[in-house]
Amino acid sequence: METQVLIVGGGAIGTGLARDLALRGVQCILAEKGDINSGASGGNHGLLHSGGRYVSTDPAVARECREEGEILKKLAPHCIEDTGGLFVAIEGDEDNYVADFPHLCERCGIPVNTLDISEALELEPALSQETIAAYLVEDASIDPFKLSLENISQAQQLGTKLLGHTKVVGFKKNGNRIQVALLQDMKAGEEIIVEPEEVINACGAWAGEVAALAGVSIDILFSKGSLLVTDRRVTDRIVNRLRSPADGDILVPGGTVSILGTTSMRIDSLEKVRPTVPEVDLIVEEGAAMLPALETARYIRAYSGVRPLLEQESEDNDRSVSRGFTLLDHIQDGLENFSTISGGKLTTYRFMAEKAADLVCDRMGITNPCLTRTEPLPSTSAGMWTEPGLGPRLWIKGDGPENQPLCECEILPKSIIDSVIRSIQEQGDKPDLRSIGLRSRMGKGSCQGTFCGKRVTAHLYERGDLCADEGLTHLRSFFRERWKGERSVLWDAQLIQAELKEALYCGLSGLEL
Amino acid sequence: MGFSPPEPLLTFHDLGKTPNIRHATTTGLESAGKKQLNPTVPELIESTQARLRTIDILGKIETDPIACELAVIGNGMAGMASALFAANRGLPTVQVGAPGGIIFASGLLDLLGVHPAEERKVWQDPWAGIEALTQDFPKHPYALLERKEIEAAFNELLSFLEGENLHYQRREGQNSEMILPLGTTKQTYCVPKSMWGGIKALKERHSCLLVDFHGLSDFSATQITETLKDRWPDLRSARITFPGNDQIRELFTGELMAQAMESSENREKLAQAVRPLVGDAHSIGMPAVFGMNRTGEILAELEKQIGVPIFEIPTLPVSIPGLRLNDTIARGLTGKGVRRFSQERVLKVHREPGGDFTLDIGNKRVGKTVRAKGVILASGRFWGRGLIADRKRIREAIFDLPVHQPEGRKGWHHKDFLDLRGHPVNRAGLEIDDLFRPLDSSGDPAFERLFAAGSILAHQDWMRMKCGSGLAISSAYAAVKAFCI
Ligand SMILES: Cc1cc2nc3c(=O)[nH]c(=O)nc-3n(C[C@H](O)[C@H](O)[C@H](O)COP(=O)(O)OP(=O)(O)OC[C@H]3O[C@@H](n4cnc5c(N)ncnc54)[C@H](O)[C@@H]3O)c2cc1C
Ligand SMILES: Cc1cc2nc3c(=O)[nH]c(=O)nc-3n(C[C@H](O)[C@H](O)[C@H](O)COP(=O)(O)OP(=O)(O)OC[C@H]3O[C@@H](n4cnc5c(N)ncnc54)[C@H](O)[C@@H]3O)c2cc1C
Repeated sequence: METQVLIVGGGAIGTGLARDLALRGVQCILAEKGDINSGASGGNHGLLHSGGRYVSTDPAVARECREEGEILKKLAPHCIEDTGGLFVAIEGDEDNYVADFPHLCERCGIPVNTLDISEALELEPALSQETIAAYLVEDASIDPFKLSLENISQAQQLGTKLLGHTKVVGFKKNGNRIQVALLQDMKAGEEIIVEPEEVINACGAWAGEVAALAGVSIDILFSKGSLLVTDRRVTDRIVNRLRSPADGDILVPGGTVSILGTTSMRIDSLEKVRPTVPEVDLIVEEGAAMLPALETARYIRAYSGVRPLLEQESEDNDRSVSRGFTLLDHIQDGLENFSTISGGKLTTYRFMAEKAADLVCDRMGITNPCLTRTEPLPSTSAGMWTEPGLGPRLWIKGDGPENQPLCECEILPKSIIDSVIRSIQEQGDKPDLRSIGLRSRMGKGSCQGTFCGKRVTAHLYERGDLCADEGLTHLRSFFRERWKGERSVLWDAQLIQAELKEALYCGLSGLEL
Repeated sequence: MGFSPPEPLLTFHDLGKTPNIRHATTTGLESAGKKQLNPTVPELIESTQARLRTIDILGKIETDPIACELAVIGNGMAGMASALFAANRGLPTVQVGAPGGIIFASGLLDLLGVHPAEERKVWQDPWAGIEALTQDFPKHPYALLERKEIEAAFNELLSFLEGENLHYQRREGQNSEMILPLGTTKQTYCVPKSMWGGIKALKERHSCLLVDFHGLSDFSATQITETLKDRWPDLRSARITFPGNDQIRELFTGELMAQAMESSENREKLAQAVRPLVGDAHSIGMPAVFGMNRTGEILAELEKQIGVPIFEIPTLPVSIPGLRLNDTIARGLTGKGVRRFSQERVLKVHREPGGDFTLDIGNKRVGKTVRAKGVILASGRFWGRGLIADRKRIREAIFDLPVHQPEGRKGWHHKDFLDLRGHPVNRAGLEIDDLFRPLDSSGDPAFERLFAAGSILAHQDWMRMKCGSGLAISSAYAAVKAFCI
């Protein structure tokens, strides 16, 4: 296969790049070793930062967030819930930080409103009675799955080729150029050869691994963060703790749930990254100081993502390292057609993609301007079903038995599952429980796939998408995947739920055997 | 002295899925209105409640305590079996608790299927399995039981069911291999007679047709046939429209089908739809929806009309064979004079001087009190609400008895959901003495006449060893026997 640009990595940056380049008329292949957003873009907090969080640690990033936040709210409103956000301090928090905050925001041009405590409690009754200061900012929540799916979907319509479950496993160089990229289809095992003019490494935390394949070394440290999902929405707005960024100090609502996090833990390897029991306990305890209801809330799962830290100066506190991104042209490494873009934030993904696209276009002599700053992101069916609460809203009464919900927690009738399956097929993939789960709310409700797992498997058999005992393999893999997120939150109601799941699938059905 | 369980953590309704149409319609435990999807829901609940009322005598409002010999806390398999064994021994018995795991279970009665789980060793002969198990796990509750006691427990239960017109079948001293809804199979001890044909068909691998219904998304004949294809080439599947399906809207559940099958007109239509599909099939398997009470007759009639033997296959919950088992036992117990309170739970237990117990029962508020000489605690695990867990530890909900458990939540579960060793939390529970009396923290019986039975017991993992019902039934037997000493 030949292509102008090979994009490696299908997270927010990779998919954003694909769209950016496609809009400039550049022909691309995007290779992603898993599914869309299987890295940090599928394991983050979903906070479209107003910039408030970085005003003291990194004013430049704060400004970048503010600008990009404004653009995205305008151009991709369907991926964003404009909730607004609060910064709150509680008894015992550092006075200076609290007092400086409005001033620091103003310096970065970030709109901020000081609230009386009583006003704040009226806006968000779940706030602690020990709240001593509250500011209103323009934070919003963003659906990263929808965002990436919409980006890749438009890119595909414009001619980009998506190779899902395809890993870049090697490069062949000729002098200063990468001539051939070796790819492996992770499902079928086949090798694919791509001859690109330019290669962009948009592999986030894996950027070092992929650069190494080209003989280039990048120093990257890994910082893992974990997040908890509640079964219902706890606040209307985003709530940030007004202190130096630390563990468990942000709650982000999205649709019908809220997400609490995060932590920051140095890890050595990108294998087996998952939330742990002590992390979960820490997050709950910290979160409950701001919002006491978080102590007794029902958490339906947890998940983790990894932040790549590219700067050298990363000291003991990973959060003090700049979240500004890194764009490397690798000229000094002796390569002319290889570049790496990593770090940064979801909030600034568009800007990062623009900068990386500028670099490769410049190299290829393409002068078409970036359009993502002005062109709205179209809404397509590919990203339609990721939103919590959409299924129930659209579930039409009187659909009849043929359109029964397959997933009752999130109310996903057959028709929605079929539409999700269609979009998976359009992306050149075969549907399975995991890919359906990524594109919809299936398996994400309080039952964590207990009922819909079996039903959707049955449906796939009925459609002829599964044969022989593939269904058992799919169920095992689906439950193992969900378990990564469940295991650390199993107490109280969610433990009961997990026991029911095990009673059904092991006790009754012997799926483990 | 008083003990009280905390408020229920969540309503029964909450459990599986929200909005949970099915649990509400099946059990009527929730006043359902909250998350209503369909105008027909309240009617269904009405009728289900009516059904529950017919099997439970709720009793007049009583101000004096209800006096009895034995109070059974729990309405799952262990509670039911305890109440039965007590009633058969002439003990005035009260039973309290909302329906337990039975209505979610397959209707199969497992004795022992697997041990050691790590080796995936499956036993044809459950008794040999139990012997191996108790050697490796001397604290497993089976180790406190003799084979003849377990046999006597099963015999007593099965003959009671027989008398109530619910027929079970088993092979002498052997397990039988049964087809399950995922297309897996398992070695189980007793199966409803309506399923026996499936055991025969699977054993002979004879030409067989599985039929399912449009709209019953809980059951797929194709899934089962495909999954078993390698082992059983002569298995086929077909899908038909269930008679009267066009009148049923979203709430197309097994329970509605079971009701529909009580009508001979519907059965005639079903037979008409199936007949042309028979071909060379020696038998036909269908989801277990053939009536609530007269399954034997219904199947016999259909077999006559269709011309080949028909068998039932369990479905996902709520399972009709589970409901049949639940309703049948409940009806029979009431007939034997057991005072059953299946809409109530035990809110608090007091100890009287002299060793009797007084149980406050009700929903949120105390409605009645029960005074008993002895108590059997068969309140189940987390799902049953006998055990409750916070972030730090596991507690027993009513008496706050010591619970044997792994150190800290980190140790509760393995990293792999399907880890063959089974999760350590599954073996948490109450430790008991030889007389099935829970122990206090010093290792002595907590109370002279408090006994425990069923899944709340420690050192067992019924989900992995496939011994759920067997454990419940035989430990109930032992607990009643110990009380009678
Ligand atoms: C815990 C946490 C919370 C966060 N919260 C926020 C937030 O609230 N707001 C915000 O703005 N930002 C947040 N971020 C940051 C944000 O998530 C990331 O900046 C962003 O998602 C990075 O996107 P990416 O495309 O660079 O990387 P990724 O999403 O990690 O994408 C890299 C992709 O490359 C693929 N890949 C790797 N190796 C190969 C290979 N050899 N071949 C092919 N493909 C390969 C991976 O599978 C992966 O899909 C958070 C990050 C973390 C970890
Ligand atoms: C999904 C599922 C599938 C199963 N499949 C099989 C199978 O294939 N084969 C098999 O042999 N077994 C199976 N079982 C297991 C079996 O049916 C029993 O659930 C199990 O043996 C445990 O029974 P139990 O009576 O100890 O507990 P449970 O069934 O959990 O019953 C506990 C009872 O205690 C009551 N209770 C709790 N607290 C109180 C209180 N304060 N006051 C009053 N009452 C209280 C509850 O309401 C409930 O009635 C299955 C179970 C489930 C859930």
